[in-house]
Amino acid sequence: MYFYLQLAFTLLVCAFLIVPVFMSITAGLTSNYFVGIKSGFTFRWIIQVWGLYSDTIWLTMKIALVTTLINLCVGVPCAYYLARTRSKFSAFLDECLTLPIAIPGMAIALGLISVYGGFSDFRMSWLFILVGHVIFTLPFMVKSVLAVLQSINFRLLEEGAASLGASFWQRFFHVIVPNCKTGIVSGILMTLTLSAGEFNLTWMLHTPITKTLPVGLADSYASMRLEVSSAYTLIFLGMILPLLIAAQWLNRKPKRPA
Amino acid sequence: MKQSKQYYLLIIPVVIICVAFFLLPMVKLLWLSLAEQNGISYWYILTKPMYLKSLLSTFLLSFVVTIASLVIATMVGLFLTRYEFKGKSLLVAMLSFPLVFPGVVIGFFVIMLAGRQGLFAELGLALVGERWTLAYSISGLFIGYLYFSIPRVVLTVMGAAEKLDYNLIEAGRSLGANRWQLLRDVTLPALTPGLISSGSICFATSMGAFGTAFTLATNLNVLPMTIYTEFTLNANFAMAAALSLILGFITWLCLTIARRQGGSSLGMGG
Repeated sequence: MYFYLQLAFTLLVCAFLIVPVFMSITAGLTSNYFVGIKSGFTFRWIIQVWGLYSDTIWLTMKIALVTTLINLCVGVPCAYYLARTRSKFSAFLDECLTLPIAIPGMAIALGLISVYGGFSDFRMSWLFILVGHVIFTLPFMVKSVLAVLQSINFRLLEEGAASLGASFWQRFFHVIVPNCKTGIVSGILMTLTLSAGEFNLTWMLHTPITKTLPVGLADSYASMRLEVSSAYTLIFLGMILPLLIAAQWLNRKPKRPA
Repeated sequence: MKQSKQYYLLIIPVVIICVAFFLLPMVKLLWLSLAEQNGISYWYILTKPMYLKSLLSTFLLSFVVTIASLVIATMVGLFLTRYEFKGKSLLVAMLSFPLVFPGVVIGFFVIMLAGRQGLFAELGLALVGERWTLAYSISGLFIGYLYFSIPRVVLTVMGAAEKLDYNLIEAGRSLGANRWQLLRDVTLPALTPGLISSGSICFATSMGAFGTAFTLATNLNVLPMTIYTEFTLNANFAMAAALSLILGFITWLCLTIARRQGGSSLGMGG
């Protein structure tokens, strides 16, 4: 009895989360949403969205990929440093890196505009959005690599390598990096999804020539037909759902003891 | 000595990025908020009804959303950890996907559910012959905030519930405790740290949720919308800076509480 009551409640909550997703998927493929599904299915809206907004899609991909690259080059060494050293400075650095998660995107964006808004070349280019995305996603990369490093005994591995004559950089690239592969992969997936969907910062940082997909979404929600907005949302979901599924699959795999 | 130099080499880029694009802007923001008549903006926030109301209503809304999500998510989370059944992993997956949807998309989902042509409107039309539109009022914001809060709390509750000591529950049962007594005296106390941590994360997210409010374009002045209007329409940079810093301080406080309780603060957005 209690089981079915709880099951019904859980299903209701799931429906609350999933039904709108399906509604917007069908709306994006329906000829006329007012008439309903019987008006037939069409790709017309998707084609229209592609015509209107394809540049936002490319820019979003570009920014997400470059953000990920920067996070890799910068975040992985940083995580290693944080795992390795325990000093006042590393605690402070850790705090500074985590803060952008806590501070609302708007505040960071306002700060960036107030400092760099005057450099118009920088302000007008996509690099301005990139900077915001790096600040916002870097902590996630660092944390997920750090979590893996803290769960394995990397010092022992390093000592072994050192005793065999491996230099500092050899140890870093051939011992540390391969061992935190799962952390790096989940950091990459997280960076890609977060950057692709980032709106709070991006809305403040974007200019008419640098619009990302979420910015375009807000724009289409405000001014376009329900079908166009839905088709655009559908494209967005198509972009991030593979990343989400990959992330889930990665988390489900049993963690190997080191 | 050479060793420690190499370690510093590893973090030079991070330090540069962090200082140039985060610390410096934050300091500038603080300076701006204080520059105008020795920080009169902060005084205005406390005395002018417009700002105070915005701050308080955001606070109240976030608080109600947090409590509602905690109740709903605890029920769902406990159910999902306690029972094994077919299709359970699918349910868990469906509950965790919305975690990374950006606030604008969630705002659109609220329109799909409760907008003028939404599900609720159709339902109301069929049942009582009147369209129920909740999307563009405070109830719309409530639905949207609930949407991104529930997954967050459910996952934490499930994580905490998996570590529950079932011997205690068995012991309680053998001593004759009923369902509610078990829940109150055994299960909930064990879940409390997780609930506090996920509750504070969900409060912080709701306080700062800009995208959802922006999409629903409500006349309700929640704090992020007030900041946005001050900055874009009124060009009142000092006020926007002061409000953002207050908002930032509140969310930072929440997340510090969450971290003390050992929760992870993943997936901020909204």
